[in-house]
Amino acid sequence: MAEAEAEAKTPAKAKAKAKSAPDQAGEPAIALRGVGKHFGKTRVLESIDLEILPGELCVFVGPSGCGKSTLLRIISGLERGTSGDLFIFGRKMNDAHPSQRGIAMVFQSYALYPNMTVYQNLEFGLQLPASQKDEKERRIREAARMLQIDQLLQRRPHELSGGQRQRVAIGRALTRQPKIFLFDEPLSNLDAALRVSMRAELTRLHKQLGTTMVYVTHDQVEAMTMADRLVVLNGGHIEQSGPPLEVYQRPRTLFSAGFLGSPRMNFLTGAISDRMAEGVVIELTSGGAVRAKVASEGAMIGDQVTVGVRPEHIQLQVGEDGPLAAKIALIEDLGDHAIVHLDREGVAGPVLVRVDRPPAAEGAQVRFTLPPAEVHVFGKDGLALPKP
Amino acid sequence: MTAGTAIKKGLFFLLVVAIVLYAVFPFYYAILSSLKTGSELFRVDYFPLAWNFDNYVSVFKQNPFATNILNSVLVAFFTVVLSLFLGVTAAYALARVRFRGRGLLLLTILGVSMFPQVAVLSGMFQLIRTLGLHNSLPALVLSYMIFTLPFTVWVLTTFMRDLPKELEEAAILDGASPWKILTRVFLPLMWPAMVTTGLLAFIAAWNEFLFALTFTLTNDKRTVPVGIALMSGASSHELPWGNIMAASVVVTLPLVALVLVFQRRIVSGLTAGAVKG
Repeated sequence: MAEAEAEAKTPAKAKAKAKSAPDQAGEPAIALRGVGKHFGKTRVLESIDLEILPGELCVFVGPSGCGKSTLLRIISGLERGTSGDLFIFGRKMNDAHPSQRGIAMVFQSYALYPNMTVYQNLEFGLQLPASQKDEKERRIREAARMLQIDQLLQRRPHELSGGQRQRVAIGRALTRQPKIFLFDEPLSNLDAALRVSMRAELTRLHKQLGTTMVYVTHDQVEAMTMADRLVVLNGGHIEQSGPPLEVYQRPRTLFSAGFLGSPRMNFLTGAISDRMAEGVVIELTSGGAVRAKVASEGAMIGDQVTVGVRPEHIQLQVGEDGPLAAKIALIEDLGDHAIVHLDREGVAGPVLVRVDRPPAAEGAQVRFTLPPAEVHVFGKDGLALPKP
Repeated sequence: MTAGTAIKKGLFFLLVVAIVLYAVFPFYYAILSSLKTGSELFRVDYFPLAWNFDNYVSVFKQNPFATNILNSVLVAFFTVVLSLFLGVTAAYALARVRFRGRGLLLLTILGVSMFPQVAVLSGMFQLIRTLGLHNSLPALVLSYMIFTLPFTVWVLTTFMRDLPKELEEAAILDGASPWKILTRVFLPLMWPAMVTTGLLAFIAAWNEFLFALTFTLTNDKRTVPVGIALMSGASSHELPWGNIMAASVVVTLPLVALVLVFQRRIVSGLTAGAVKG
């Protein structure tokens, strides 16, 4: 990469450059084929199949212990899968040394070398012959400028704030000019305000560099806002993989429906009572019927199902008109919007509704409607009936 | 402040004074005695009456004491260097590499330090004869490592195990070899542990008597403790107490100096800034 400054200002050019890297055309940046990992009898990962395209920012998200970090570490080479194959730009990398994979990783704890200055930290991973001293220095200065740490090059890590340390850790990855960046929960040690700004900065960096990035997080805001593609992991397998909005709007499983979104999706149990061309009717266990616009082919009348609907899609009405009755138990008013907690007989836990302004006071009897287009139906196996 | 707390404070102060007296008085008395000559030595004094440095001059004149000190310095120095080198490299393997029998190996190393010196003396003597090292300084360095290595390895292993794992992983990703990880990443963080164990090893080697007595024959190969013990006076019935006291004071000073020099380095907190904080 030449003309550091010019490049920093023209993301399009950087992107074009990254794409012209000498990779086998058409190959995914990372391809996992049946990758599994188990320690003795504990299965951490079950046969993972996944392709990540060049230039994508792919986010692994899931609860702790879901295997997302293990998967990242297998890609990095710090751990080995017990089965399956890993390809990076079409080359099989199962046994390649981590430093030979064309990757760089940013750790949650930064892992800066405490005895070295920032400059030396950035320099440590640069395996260039002594003859390329100028190139070395240029790359370090370029990375430092991009991350605005050029004033800090002579400091040591303990003299830096958390945000600065994180920048140095990213800079260390940057100077190596990897083909793939790996991030292991890089923002979770930062305070909330800093996390928001670093999140935007990382997204900007990705746009500027156009390099493939794999990002592990348990924070769904990071997952939703940063990802080109979201991979929801749970219990060692992939629940769903796709663009974040698609995962949000069309969750494929009960788990990914419940994991994404805050407050989380409301779930009500029921049984299918009717099938029609444009959807199904579900008789709720708590009484009342709900229509859902989903493909009805796989559904049988009498099937036990779970109905899911997001808080922002429930329509609240004051009065006696409407299909489902409830009482307002609690209102959390956040100023720009409010979360209404509804108590409904026969339903464990509150039904949450997101409204602009609360329609009635706490204790009021209300009715609510679930719009058929926004109702998700999950079978007993946890899989969603596909939406048209 | 109530009377109760005043009494408690007073008692605490008394206790501190007692401990300091107990620790320092023997050395103080040695200094006092070293400044006396002739029959003054056998009179009990608690304060120096005259500053007489004759003993210090004669201890160097009458005995190859300077040679003894040099021998001690050489032996202790090489014992420390070798112990730390072997200790650090062994600790890296024991703390950072997973292999079968690691726990057993650690226990064995600890087990070595359980044998009393006397128990290994004859075996060690045979070993040193076989290696042709009898009456030489390397014989002492080799034999001293039998007691310096176990604790060096143990302390350094424990310390290295606590260093953040991500540091090593970051270095692996940066393409560093195990040797580079050890020397460039871990070693700079290990100074507090190295200084502490090195100092202990130095003191142990500096004070060792039994091996030094057994494995050396001639005065020019003896170390300080043996040199002092074998000092003889004008006749075989007279012990040169003045010289012995002067020698004792002289050989204590390097240790005091070492501790004073390194006490600042025996502070941890060098890892600050490595990981979140």
